[in-house]
Amino acid sequence: MKLSSPNGIALKWTANILLLLIGVVFVLPLVWVVLASFDGSATLSVAWPKQWTLDNFQKVLTPELAFVPLWNSLLLSAGCAVLTVIIAVLAAYPLSRYRNRFNRPFLYAILFGTCLPITAMMVPVYSLFVSLNLIDSLGGTILFMAASSLPMAIWMTKNFVDSVPISLEEAAWVDGASSMKTLWTVVVPLVRPGIAVVFIYVFVAAWGNFFVPFVLLLSPQNQPAAVSIFTFFGQYGAVAYGQLAAYSLIYSVPVIALYVIVSRALGGSSALAGAVKG
Amino acid sequence: MTSTLDAVGTDARGRTTPVRPPRGPKTRSRAHARRSLARAVPLVPAIGLLVVFLVGPILSSFYGSFTNMSLTGSAAASAEWVGLQNYIDLFKSPDFPVSVWLTLVFLIGSAVIGQNIVGMVLALLMRSGSRWVGALVSTFVVGAWVLPEIVAAFASYAFFSQHGTLNAILAGFGIVGPSWLFAFPMLSIILANTWRGAAFSMLVYSAALQEVPPEITEAAEVDGANGAKRFFLVTLPMIRRSISTNLMLITLQTLSVFTLIYVMTGGGPGNKSMTLPVLAYQEAFKFSELGYGTAIATILLLVGAVFAIVYVRALKTEVD
Repeated sequence: MKLSSPNGIALKWTANILLLLIGVVFVLPLVWVVLASFDGSATLSVAWPKQWTLDNFQKVLTPELAFVPLWNSLLLSAGCAVLTVIIAVLAAYPLSRYRNRFNRPFLYAILFGTCLPITAMMVPVYSLFVSLNLIDSLGGTILFMAASSLPMAIWMTKNFVDSVPISLEEAAWVDGASSMKTLWTVVVPLVRPGIAVVFIYVFVAAWGNFFVPFVLLLSPQNQPAAVSIFTFFGQYGAVAYGQLAAYSLIYSVPVIALYVIVSRALGGSSALAGAVKG
Repeated sequence: MTSTLDAVGTDARGRTTPVRPPRGPKTRSRAHARRSLARAVPLVPAIGLLVVFLVGPILSSFYGSFTNMSLTGSAAASAEWVGLQNYIDLFKSPDFPVSVWLTLVFLIGSAVIGQNIVGMVLALLMRSGSRWVGALVSTFVVGAWVLPEIVAAFASYAFFSQHGTLNAILAGFGIVGPSWLFAFPMLSIILANTWRGAAFSMLVYSAALQEVPPEITEAAEVDGANGAKRFFLVTLPMIRRSISTNLMLITLQTLSVFTLIYVMTGGGPGNKSMTLPVLAYQEAFKFSELGYGTAIATILLLVGAVFAIVYVRALKTEVD
């Protein structure tokens, strides 16, 4: 397998050609979104725009079509991420630091929770929301989304807290700090990068979530962009592919940006997969 | 009572507390109990949220699947206990067995075969290919994975629709492509979900392959094993843990795919791509058969739970 041998070079170029072929297949659907959004007469097929135009963006960037739904998306994702991170840090600390008979079953339950198919739960969750009178409430949806991302968030945060040496906290305790104070002044600053990963992980998942708000939020003024794009597609999609693509692009940019930030910060794209590596 | 509390306290003391002045046995155990309660306080918000919004719906799902609750009409106000009726209806209806079959086809086609093998092939090729090619291609693959699911669904819809990119490419070779979403709905959603999710397997396998010590494959090479033999007899057994974990996770993720199918085919034409999540949605929200939909949801949860238990057992060492 030495790369200098002729065999190695042949292998290398075969691999490159195969990779590029697969890469083209993978990128084509993405290219459609980008090209169609700048095309005044976009179709469903990838095509170089005859004339580049920003009309599609101009047409979708109206308050009721884009701004309100994007704002709702931001409220949902940021609310969910902030809530999840705070609760996860609080829960992860005792789980990581104290040993008692309650921890192990709880951690098993958490790990079990990370595997739950949330899609399968939406029917009973809808019934629950009807009985709690939370249907069409942004707050209620945030609470549910936070609950469904908590297992993964607690698991990740606990692993990050585990990596902080306990000797630092012992020093703080000797100085008379309470464990809550130690958590916020010693542990949290040390695991800040980890907390950022959890925050972004939860934010990205919430921003991209379609099914949960689709089921739980009914009125257009409460719906996030994911649902509003779907509604738009149902109403105008068959004629306005360019606008659909433009809207999709605007809606995707924040997530892609956040992903790039995380993978830059942590080196390598495995940042989001790292939590579940086997 | 005292002894168990003591045990907790002793356990906790070993790891955390600075030395405290000795006290009488009774006050100590009470202090330990109080401390152990105080230490559980930060867990309260997490437990509250999980119980209300995850455990609650799961339990009510089990209960609701035995009632005739519905969204509208008289049954909406007072749901009655109907025993196993929903499950009997489910197994009698022509849609359910079809849906179970389609879900299986979808799981095996897009997770076990599609994502798993494409991910492995990509991870292997990236080890042999040039660095820049690998970086470029993995950007594309990860791009499909990072995209919000609704956008990925639209992009796949455009790719497979009658006047979409796939048929435009086929036309370049002089082939008139079919209307994929109508003629081959399952194949379309399987390929789309493979495209969407292959990045996850690729990342897991890239990481796993990196941890295989090169000396071992080199030793096999010296012993005369060719590339395929080295892969199947040396590398594959060494990363089998990653493979089983990954298979479990992608199967679970694929089990709950809804948006992609709902946008691309809506479960149709007819019920030709109606997997269980789409069927549950349709029964519960389109036909207002909440009990029936809940029964499907319960079955899905049980299947998910089985996978989850296997997964938790595999990760047991990390909890202990």
